[in-house]
Amino acid sequence: MSFVSFGFIAFLAALIVLYYIVPKRVQWMLLLAGSVFFYAFAGWKAMIFIAVTALSTWLAGLLIGRRAAARDAYLKEHGGELDRDAKKAYKARVKKQTYLIMALCLALNLGILAVIKYTDFGISILNGIFRLNLGYFRFALPMGISFYIFQSMGYIIDVYRGKYAPEKNPARFALFVSFFPQLLQGPISRFDELGKTLYGPHAFDWNNISKGAWRVLWGYFKKVIVADRLITVVTGLAGGPEKYKGVYVVALVFFYAIELYADFTGGIDITIGVAQMLGIEVAENFDRPFFSLNITEYWRRWHITMGTWFRDYIFYPLSVSPRMLKISKWSRDKLGQAIGKRVPVYLSTIIVWFVTGLWHGAAWNFIVWGLLNCLVIIVSQELAPLYQRFHKRFKFSNTKGYNVFQMFRTFWLMGFIRVLDVYRDVPVTFRQVGTVFTHWNWGRLFDGSLLKLGLGWQDFVVVLLACGVMLAVSIMQNKGQVRDRLIRRPAAIRAALFVLIVLLIMVFGAYGIGYDAGQFIYVQF
Amino acid sequence: MDELLQILDEIHGGVDYENCTTLIDDGILDSFDIISIITEVSSAFDVQIPANEIVPDNFNSAAALWKLIERLEDE
Amino acid sequence: MGTDTSVKNELNTGTDPGVKKPGKRVLKAVLIALAAVAVLALSLWLLQRLLVPKYISSSEEGLLVKEYYSYAGGNDVLFVGDCEVYSNFSTVKMWTEYGITSAMRGSPQQLIWHSYYMIEDTLRYETPKVVVYNVLSMKYGEPQKEAYNRLALDGMEWSPVKRQAIRASMMSDESMLSYVFPILRYHSRWSELKAEDVKYMFKTKQLSHNGYVMRVDVKPVPSRLPVAKPLKDDEIKFADVCWEYLDKMRTLCESKGIKLVLIKAPTVEPHWYDEWEAQIVEYADKYGLDYVNFLKEDVLTATGLDYSTDTFDAGQHMNLSGAEKLAVWFGAYLRDNAGLEDHRGDNDLAAKWQSKIDYYEEMKAAQYRQLEEKGTVDSYWGD
Repeated sequence: MSFVSFGFIAFLAALIVLYYIVPKRVQWMLLLAGSVFFYAFAGWKAMIFIAVTALSTWLAGLLIGRRAAARDAYLKEHGGELDRDAKKAYKARVKKQTYLIMALCLALNLGILAVIKYTDFGISILNGIFRLNLGYFRFALPMGISFYIFQSMGYIIDVYRGKYAPEKNPARFALFVSFFPQLLQGPISRFDELGKTLYGPHAFDWNNISKGAWRVLWGYFKKVIVADRLITVVTGLAGGPEKYKGVYVVALVFFYAIELYADFTGGIDITIGVAQMLGIEVAENFDRPFFSLNITEYWRRWHITMGTWFRDYIFYPLSVSPRMLKISKWSRDKLGQAIGKRVPVYLSTIIVWFVTGLWHGAAWNFIVWGLLNCLVIIVSQELAPLYQRFHKRFKFSNTKGYNVFQMFRTFWLMGFIRVLDVYRDVPVTFRQVGTVFTHWNWGRLFDGSLLKLGLGWQDFVVVLLACGVMLAVSIMQNKGQVRDRLIRRPAAIRAALFVLIVLLIMVFGAYGIGYDAGQFIYVQF
Repeated sequence: MDELLQILDEIHGGVDYENCTTLIDDGILDSFDIISIITEVSSAFDVQIPANEIVPDNFNSAAALWKLIERLEDE
Repeated sequence: MGTDTSVKNELNTGTDPGVKKPGKRVLKAVLIALAAVAVLALSLWLLQRLLVPKYISSSEEGLLVKEYYSYAGGNDVLFVGDCEVYSNFSTVKMWTEYGITSAMRGSPQQLIWHSYYMIEDTLRYETPKVVVYNVLSMKYGEPQKEAYNRLALDGMEWSPVKRQAIRASMMSDESMLSYVFPILRYHSRWSELKAEDVKYMFKTKQLSHNGYVMRVDVKPVPSRLPVAKPLKDDEIKFADVCWEYLDKMRTLCESKGIKLVLIKAPTVEPHWYDEWEAQIVEYADKYGLDYVNFLKEDVLTATGLDYSTDTFDAGQHMNLSGAEKLAVWFGAYLRDNAGLEDHRGDNDLAAKWQSKIDYYEEMKAAQYRQLEEKGTVDSYWGD
């Protein structure tokens, strides 16, 4: 069930009404039932996968929790009798056991992900290297698999680390894994955060309903008016690399940036807004990323929950692991201080970005995309002292104008790396980006050629105006949530504005017959 | 503690480590810095800082970090 | 954030919130919400009126299905089918010649299930003595284009019949909701709105004469017609679903005491194949139905149809002259075979039909005027 469908809106309305009618202690069960229904809508066969993940992770968590509880009880009772070394040895033994449980759980779930998502990619590599002609499996990806598996893996690692106690009730845990608003495209929630509000009880609170509804409306505005409209141009430009060179590539970079932003942040707005209407707080996933001054900052502000997931569960453990420390020591001795101290950080960075790329999709273009991000981050890290000196020397670097230049630079740099996702082919992408410098056809921007890509000038005007609204709202967010200020306005004005936006979406939205590309771009990842 | 302050200053200079208590919350230290700190600390003090200790509370101030090192040395 | 403060925020409209009683505040909030819903509904309705196609300067046939309700009642003959019906038989001529009252329910590429439900819909208003179905659409076992569904169904008045008709007709990318709220289908017309969309928001123009669509210009059938492509194997047999609807049509007529007459209009394009003819003949024989194929030499000669003067688009549709010739012949056929009465003696009916005749003559004159001035007929209304 796509967010952009009347089925979803009807489902949501019915669910919210029921949610506030049923006894509060069963609210979470209703959500679970709703999530199962939502998932079943996409094909009930795929439910076996999410069920396996939920069940195995719940069980592993439970076992780890039991071992930890037994350890604590034992130490409490016998702690006095043991000396420090014996205690340490006992703790290490338990740790080994719990580690094993966690590792099995990770292996099972990542194995499922690997088989379903990456088998064909592996086969294609084998075919390429050994000139084979092996057939592909073409598994259908279960909805949201990359998201719910990562969310579950975060949970089991946290339980292993003793960050929080495991969830004992399998149904409650299943709700955490399958909570429907975030199934399609995240965010990747943490159990300790989402769990605070997920299970209620939630009394009816008009404030939540109204703020949530505004957020949902805003999400639809971005998604239906901007993103779904631009899909036509993006697929058109990306589909004809021979025809669309030079300035068309620049246009593609620009339109894809806007489309992906409107689509992904719009979808997340709907997710967070829906959750808020249910009294549930879902983590923010974006913080106006196009205002970032550099790529490191961009990655702190774009798809935040994915970034922090990779940081907490891969980057940190990897870079502080004993093995990495050994490598660090060795490289310091052999390569000198300056290089040696960089080795662990950069090695971890490279690995994390490789995996991040792979997570986005089983194809070379995503891997290259990850590594290019990594390259830019490392280069800018190396250039940091130079920049600092430059900024000290020239005072203008603190001015607004310079900041705007930095945002502009980050936007285009990220944009050119990102076109790898739309061409889906590494050599083609590089060739196309190359034509920006060799193929001078900037006149195409002004001679009406852009109007031959499936959208009329009226559509571009709508996109332009809607982008203006998006930009204005983003700037207003400098002073906090726009909705908080909105809520201080008279109710009649708010109601009128709400009605107006609904009408704008209904009329100017790109939906219905003629516009069938309404699926979220991020679902397939 | 002095040794720690020296390490911090080498990795990311220009910060008043003795008084600042929002090193993470204000984004002064990024993940690169943190890893460098952990690597340096582990060789200087012979402790292992595991990944699950990398939380803002332990890195927001030099004092908190010092406390963490002491606790880990003790274990 | 606590509930109390938020409710206060919610309702604080500038006056001192402390003075108002909570009951009053809730009442005000409810009123505002109701007003918002009302404004939303009204705006959507107005926008819908603005955005739906008006069928005034293009696809005028979109007006036909809705027009039926203005001439429903008291019709002895009901024609159902596609353009081979609504272009080819002059209802007015059947009245002036024989006093036969007839109505048509046709739309472009109207499929058999459309036609079936139009009969059902018609039965909600009147029970004709004869239903005439043009068999060309037997060749389509599935919907060809979403737009034709719209032309056939949008104009129908809401009833369970319409719901069934939509369900039977929808293509995979259509939704019932978009028929209930056509704005969902037509909202993207905002970029092509014209003056006529405003002018005809609440009114329309009458296109047909009891369903008959007039054209006076002439474009003869070329002396050498292209040879029809041989049928592919899967095109020979009519689809099961078509037979099902033909059966339903037959049994419905039987149960209401209506005589069902099958016809094949004398259009030369699209080609009517012998293989198809055989299947229809067999069916008509099996159930004792009348079947008139106007393409057959003897019928064609009897009607006096002349392909060099009686069609306006090289043989796909008849022009006024052709439609009147067919009406004269077919009216006599119906009178003799279905025992239809001459109603010209009925003063009320005669008065009603006189105004139809007037409009018919008016349109005819306007089209001739335009033909003379411009050399073509651009508009059915000659404007």
